[in-house]
Amino acid sequence: MKLGFLVDLNLCMGCKGCEIACKVENDVPLSSWRLRVKYIDIGTFPDTSRSFTPLRCNHCENAPCERICPVSALHYLENGIVNVDSHRCIGCAGCMMACPYGAIYMDPETNTADKCTYCAHRIESGMMPACVVVCPVEANIFGDVEDDHSHISQYIMAHQGGVQVRKPEKHTDPKHYYVGGGTYTLDPLAHQRLEGHNLFTNITHLKHNGDPHHGVLDRFLAPFTSHGTHDNKSFMNFDNIHEQEGGH
Amino acid sequence: MVEHTINATQAVVTLDVALPGIIWGWMITLNMWAKSIGTGVVFVAAYLLYRHKKDAMPNLRWAMPVISFIFLNIFLLFTLTDLHQPYRMLNIFLHPHWTSAITVGAWMASLFTLLITILMVIGLADQFTEYFKRGCRVAPVKSLMSFAGKNSGTYEKIFPFVVFLAVPVTAYTAIIMAESSARELWQAPTEVMQMMWAALMAGSAALILVSGSWSQEARKDLALILSVAVFFSFAMYMGEYFFSFKSSEAEATLAYVHAGGAYNVEFWFGMTLGFIAPFFLATSTMKNDNVTLLRFAAILALVGLYLAKDVWLKIPQMLPLS
Ligand code: SF4
Ligand code: SF4
Repeated sequence: MKLGFLVDLNLCMGCKGCEIACKVENDVPLSSWRLRVKYIDIGTFPDTSRSFTPLRCNHCENAPCERICPVSALHYLENGIVNVDSHRCIGCAGCMMACPYGAIYMDPETNTADKCTYCAHRIESGMMPACVVVCPVEANIFGDVEDDHSHISQYIMAHQGGVQVRKPEKHTDPKHYYVGGGTYTLDPLAHQRLEGHNLFTNITHLKHNGDPHHGVLDRFLAPFTSHGTHDNKSFMNFDNIHEQEGGH
Repeated sequence: MVEHTINATQAVVTLDVALPGIIWGWMITLNMWAKSIGTGVVFVAAYLLYRHKKDAMPNLRWAMPVISFIFLNIFLLFTLTDLHQPYRMLNIFLHPHWTSAITVGAWMASLFTLLITILMVIGLADQFTEYFKRGCRVAPVKSLMSFAGKNSGTYEKIFPFVVFLAVPVTAYTAIIMAESSARELWQAPTEVMQMMWAALMAGSAALILVSGSWSQEARKDLALILSVAVFFSFAMYMGEYFFSFKSSEAEATLAYVHAGGAYNVEFWFGMTLGFIAPFFLATSTMKNDNVTLLRFAAILALVGLYLAKDVWLKIPQMLPLS
């Protein structure tokens, strides 16, 4: 069994339901995302169109994050999911250097690496991932890609030539597919991040990596002291300065 | 790729989350820089001991492991400090994952530090025998040093193994970088050679600073090693800088050091200070044995190496990955 995802970008309407469902289901802290929907505007006014691309961990069959993890905190499950054991993670961020898709974040509350697990805990009890359940247009298709009769396999067969993965040149063998995507939506270097073109927010880089209150000394003192309640505002401290060092 | 867009295909992100900035920052730079000194002095010392009589470098036997010990500990300290869960470092030894160069490196570096510590203790015991016999008041240190003094021959026995081990300890960082599939710039065979040149550069520079009492010939060799190392390291950086047509990702990364890039100034400052200037200064001292100038070259090389490593570490982390 090899569980995989397929997102039909022709169906996705960018409602961000999946993003929110994921946040709620997995208690993803502020400033961190396991699944996000990126809006990209293509063309020049008035001939423009907007595309929506949900991005999550690809659960690669040849996962560089698993390979580099020094303590096997990142590990494969039998169903193909690349899972993460946050109790074992040492917080070296090696996986963040290795994942070509930027799918891993340093959880600001636990100070360990975390990412989409395809809702492994829900799968275990026979449920679908939260993002699949919530999608109003059924753009997220989830199932066993090794089973020829599964919905996802059938969908891939039906769209054969139009099925893509992100960065195939990285040889990660992703188990997350897209239909209806193109270079301009799936390749992060094919679209620009221009100041003043963002809706609502003006963001490019996060100021911190992990807990912004977890300085060098705190890292050593943490087991002996209890952390106060987190000030949510500090997690929202984004800006577009390029030279911020995370986690220090 | 982006720069080739035409009006019809222009694509702009209009809504997204904040992406992580620099994740491996100055602590990792410091870590790599300190490791270069820690292993580099071993290579250079081995070469000098092969080429010259011991009397030509009277303090080398103890100064080399002392320098190595200090910088390896700086390296280990910052490796630990950069972890978000430093106490769990133990997991690398309790639950090692052998496909990870971080694991293999941590094990090798720990063994290497242990061996260097033995060399240092023996080196100091032999050099300061009188002090440890009569002057030292701390009983355990005294007995340790007397034990070390009695086993002085162990130094020469383990030294070849230490030199041999210094090779993978130097190079494993390049393997970590090669495993960093998200940072294409680092995934290059040249990184292994860059690590070796950096070690020779840092090792010779560090030893130059303690070579005041050495023979002119030995110092000349140090100047030669420094010149050769900075020359080849610089040449490799230039190769990457000008001829890197590997992929759009590597090219986009290098745009940060090319003209107008955010790291252009730091990069060229590092290249001039740490590579170009030391090359000319060190080669010029080979004839006239100007110790002060050579020391100046060594300090510049150490500063420039830090800057170059810092830039190379940070630029690939600026790119959006998804
Ligand atoms: S997408 Fe990234 S985090 Fe997910 S399995 Fe692949 S390499 Fe690992
Ligand atoms: S941060 Fe944690 S999960 Fe990631 S490589 Fe390091 S130990 Fe593994």
